Amino acid sequence: MAKKKFVVGCFDDEATLFPAVKKVRTAGYKIHDVYTPFAVHGLDHALGLRETSLHTAGFIYGITGTSTALGCISWILSYDWPLNIGGKPHFALPAWIPITFELTVLFAAVGMVLTFCYLCQLSPFIKKHHFHARATDDLFVMVIETTDKTNVDDLTSFLSNAGAVETDVQIAEAGWWLGRYDKDEVPFQNKIVAA
Amino acid sequence: MHLKYESQLREPLVYGTKTYHDVTEDIVRPIEAKPSKLWYIGFYIAVALLLFGVYALYRDVTYGIGQWNLNKTIGWGWDITNFVWWVGIGHAGTLISAILLLFRQGWRTGVNRAAEAMTIFAVMCAGQFPIWHMGRVWMAFFVLPYANTRGPLWVNFNSPLLWDVFAISTYFTVSLLFWYSGLLPDLATVRDRAKTKLRKHLYGVASFGWTGSTKHWQRHESLSLVLAGLSTPLVLSVHTIVSFDFATSVVPGWHTTIFPPYFVAGAIFSGFAMVQTLMVIIRKVFGMQDYITMGHIEAMNKVIVLTGSIVGVAYLTELFMGWYSQNKYEGYTFWYSRANLFSPYGWSYWGMMACNVLSPQIFWFRKMRRNLFVTFFMSVIVNIGMWFERFVIIVTSLYRDYLPSAWSVYYSPTIWEIGFYTGTFGLFFTCFFLFAKYFPVIAIAEIKYVLKTTGESYKDKMGHLEHVAPEVFAHSGHGHTVVENDGSN
Repeated sequence: MAKKKFVVGCFDDEATLFPAVKKVRTAGYKIHDVYTPFAVHGLDHALGLRETSLHTAGFIYGITGTSTALGCISWILSYDWPLNIGGKPHFALPAWIPITFELTVLFAAVGMVLTFCYLCQLSPFIKKHHFHARATDDLFVMVIETTDKTNVDDLTSFLSNAGAVETDVQIAEAGWWLGRYDKDEVPFQNKIVAA
Repeated sequence: MHLKYESQLREPLVYGTKTYHDVTEDIVRPIEAKPSKLWYIGFYIAVALLLFGVYALYRDVTYGIGQWNLNKTIGWGWDITNFVWWVGIGHAGTLISAILLLFRQGWRTGVNRAAEAMTIFAVMCAGQFPIWHMGRVWMAFFVLPYANTRGPLWVNFNSPLLWDVFAISTYFTVSLLFWYSGLLPDLATVRDRAKTKLRKHLYGVASFGWTGSTKHWQRHESLSLVLAGLSTPLVLSVHTIVSFDFATSVVPGWHTTIFPPYFVAGAIFSGFAMVQTLMVIIRKVFGMQDYITMGHIEAMNKVIVLTGSIVGVAYLTELFMGWYSQNKYEGYTFWYSRANLFSPYGWSYWGMMACNVLSPQIFWFRKMRRNLFVTFFMSVIVNIGMWFERFVIIVTSLYRDYLPSAWSVYYSPTIWEIGFYTGTFGLFFTCFFLFAKYFPVIAIAEIKYVLKTTGESYKDKMGHLEHVAPEVFAHSGHGHTVVENDGSN
């Protein structure tokens, strides 16, 4: 991974954040991300992000669970070791519905959560650069990626004019690394792009 | 246009003029402060109960489950009673977080986190009973369908007891995932304001490196919605399957088709009662009256009176069918073993009726629903009643079923059986005390999300928009904020 230079603008209200996002995007800047303390509905659309396909993945995992349950149980009870239980049919589909349902839910839930963690790169012992400590408290932190051509001072004052209560320039690692939150180690020190 | 939406009927979800930062402060403060003396006292009592439970279990494993006064006729006694009781309690959390999320009930945000935690701990307690009831507990893994060297001899997938294995373990896993994925952003909040190194490290590990990125929030929302959609039928299926343990048998008093809905209503009933017990304490101890408001308490009391009455209808239906079926075994069970106050276990039936059906009716009165003392008292009464219900179902059906020669003498538990039960209380409260100390007991991010529609300070800000013409407003760029946060979700 490489380090990049970012301009950070902090907003304290969604009412100023949304117009600011619009202005920054029309001005042609590339918004790296907006970090918010809670799910701000509509922000993903304002940023031009596409809809997530996580629910589709969930559906596929669920179907996998259904077929695993039905496949295993029918193979076990009607082929591998058919048990004669009071002369009842070996292929007793109604009796398998509870377990089939449970496994559908189990596969879908576990699969989705793992996919979610994979996509968002969430795991214990993972550390990321946090542009502002209050992004999980009360600030909406807009992070803009710079290039060689970006005039940082212009951008900073542009953000202040758009309603940012705090602005900042940070050179930071955009990806994740293995680290501890009580230590300020600097990962991948040598590669600074766009200083 | 509803620029300044304010319902006359619905009271605010959060009281007072609060900013986002105030919400963080209020909810995280108990984690950062030293626990009170009361916390230590409660915690040590819970640990003591847990240790006694462990000793009771040690005796159970050493001497066998005859320790519990179980016999050939009454093979299920307190143990399975307690199992069903705890599983029932474990239904409220996922009901609150999943079903109320789908029904767009805003008030769930104040109580869902603690209720979900309660669910997980209650299911942990419930799981102990069938496992230790196996007697040779080191063989417990035989319930899992794995390829083995005994044939392979598989488990019987047609058996409700095996359905239960799948239902309870799935329910536990899914509830845990739902709870923890919701906790991630809040643990990150605690991490980012941590002052000590240890807290920074531990909450750093626990929060999985959550940043609050918009894309992550978008996926998080999608995940919670789908998990809610999955958990809704799951929560109904779990107690349905528990009721199948009884309903698919041919024991008088168990062999009824009414069991699944009756058990689910009972589970919601007792679960909400347990949530009330804990919430009344939490809001008092942590001073969270602004977040867990009287509105929350009242809403839950309404659920209690509804489900209590559903359970009451089920009891009466059973009694009616006991007579209407003209089956003498059913008649004997319902009209002698249960409804006759002077039969050996008649006291438990009437205890159940008094606690579950009669006493919750006071919640038809608004004054009672909004009275904390009554709420707390009733929440305990309801759970006593629901314990009686499971005891009635299990013991009064088993002790005299068909052949009088197989009837049992009066069954009462030993101290070890009681010790095991109080031991699960120890487990439950040990976990809950630790949760209340180290985790945000209220979903911080979700409260912030509803704050705009319900907090006084944000409503005032919207005031000036009242005078803006709709056309001007719609094109001024303010549209997103207001429309997206109209409180409908």
